[in-house]
Amino acid sequence: MLVLEGVSRRFGDKSAVSDVDLRIEPGSFVGVVGPSGAGKSTLLRMINRLVEPTAGNIRFEDRDTTRLSGSALRDWRAQCAMIFQQFNLVSRLDVLTNVIAGRLNHMPLWRSLTKSFTDAERTMALRALHRLGIAEVALKRADALSGGQQQRVAIARALMQEPRIILADEPIASLDPHNAKVVMDALRDINRRDGILVMCNLHTLDTARTYCDRIIGMANGRVVFDGAPAEFVGGVIEQIYGADGARIDERMTSTSLGVGGAGQPAPMPA
Amino acid sequence: MSATDVSEDVLTVMQARIAAHRREKRLMTLSGIAIFLLLFFTASWWTDFGIGAIIDGLPKFGHYLAKLFSTPAGGGSAERIPIVSFAHLFGGWDTKQSILYWFYNIGTFISLMLDTVAMAVLATLLGFSIAFLASFPASHNLSPAPWIVWLSRRILEVLRSIPDIVFALFFVFCYGIGPLAGILAMGLHTAGALGKLFSELNENASSRPIEGIRSVGADWFSTIRYAVVPQVFPGFVSYALLRFEINVRSSAIIGVVGAGGIGEEIKKVINFNRYEDISAIVILVVLLVIAIDTLSGRIRQRFIGDARIA
Ligand SMILES: Nc1ncnc2c1ncn2[C@@H]1O[C@H](COP(=O)(O)OP(=O)(O)OP(=O)(O)O)[C@@H](O)[C@H]1O
Ligand SMILES: [Mg+2]
Repeated sequence: MLVLEGVSRRFGDKSAVSDVDLRIEPGSFVGVVGPSGAGKSTLLRMINRLVEPTAGNIRFEDRDTTRLSGSALRDWRAQCAMIFQQFNLVSRLDVLTNVIAGRLNHMPLWRSLTKSFTDAERTMALRALHRLGIAEVALKRADALSGGQQQRVAIARALMQEPRIILADEPIASLDPHNAKVVMDALRDINRRDGILVMCNLHTLDTARTYCDRIIGMANGRVVFDGAPAEFVGGVIEQIYGADGARIDERMTSTSLGVGGAGQPAPMPA
Repeated sequence: MSATDVSEDVLTVMQARIAAHRREKRLMTLSGIAIFLLLFFTASWWTDFGIGAIIDGLPKFGHYLAKLFSTPAGGGSAERIPIVSFAHLFGGWDTKQSILYWFYNIGTFISLMLDTVAMAVLATLLGFSIAFLASFPASHNLSPAPWIVWLSRRILEVLRSIPDIVFALFFVFCYGIGPLAGILAMGLHTAGALGKLFSELNENASSRPIEGIRSVGADWFSTIRYAVVPQVFPGFVSYALLRFEINVRSSAIIGVVGAGGIGEEIKKVINFNRYEDISAIVILVVLLVIAIDTLSGRIRQRFIGDARIA
């Protein structure tokens, strides 16, 4: 169980996230939606402590993660893998090394610094890439791949961490509809088969409805909706995005993934 | 009618402003010229620098050439016989004052020049290693704490701002005459110069891979190794090669204070007025520097090219 209690973050006098309380079941697929600046990224980053909360605490299985430091903090980061909108791979390194980097937390320093990986690590990395259908690019440089491939490499790196949680900050915002679907399907597969909790910031509401079993709506740093996808309709959306925003958002975002009909090409926005 | 008034008002106001602006600019130009002249004449007066001194010295240049292209008359007389024939100038090793004769000592010179290059190689490697290690704590985006940035930057600044020849004087005092002093001197100065450039490269490195590697739970060293080094290393090598070119020139000079290499020989032949040796060394050093610069430039280009493809 991942529990957030009164979690807040201020940047100067701007409150990015205020007083968020959440209880998230293990193994769930949670979508976080809300307009730009709502505090979605900040919320996710506080969970694996790339951003420090200014108040409140975040507990995972009764351990207060907000108090961790040093190697305990790094172990926690290894347990909650992060996937970024811009992939955040090391572009000059080959794909295999990028994926093995997911195990840096489990390696002694001398092996890390000399890049002396074991055969087991290489095999594990190749398996992870294979699972995402891109084993053949293992020896290419990361920046030689398409965006969709890079995001899958990032997911393979996350899998190498053998995480309990995957935090994905707009994982499909830089991708075309086809690659977006491939990436979301991969996350769903990991969520269902490995039972890893996935928490995913999304801009596209229909993607959230398609993939998530729980949707959290944020506005101005606060949680303003928390419920099942079926409840995430009309008035609620208006409350999150504002009356104009809801209209725009629904039109802009309802087309980027083929809702329901898996694999059918997405129509272009009007 | 009132509109015309207003527009004429604007015109008058603007004309006045333009005039004021031009006066200001003229004043700036005049002050600039005044400062230039003041500096020039003060410094000239202080150093006795002047066209007169330059012209007075010119005959000595002719004198040098005259000595170079003449042979002693022999028989104890101070008289010198000028070289008139090309046959003489391009004569063999033992034809006095032929070009080949300048290089009678070429074996020594070449061995000293190899010393000089070896000194530059060692100093560059030493400086590179120190700069490499120091550049990460000296980068704002990577350093564990602001005071560490401050401290490492100040140390690099001190190393950089002390000229290598001053370091050399100090090390010759500590370790005696010889290449060791020169290597340490150039190595420390190189560490300071490269350290600053390296930390600037580090600060321009993309933060995305850094965040990516940090998010898997990697510690500071691994984050540097995986997220920063791959981004900055080609730049490091390129700067190091440039520094190597500078160090080759520098190590040819630094021997003058006793820090090893061809510089010691330069000082000796100048002191003893051995004209043909001076010429030989000058020619050899120029050839060496051209060769090193060309070679290093080639490597640098290929390295950058390779890094893009690989
Ligand atoms: N490092 C920072 N420094 C200052 N302000 C920040 C910083 N990070 C976020 N903020 C502010 O906090 C608020 C929330 O930002 P956040 O990135 O969490 O929003 P978001 O919901 O992810 O938006 P988007 O959908 O555009 O990604 C914004 O007002 C933003 O300007
Ligand atoms: Mg965001």
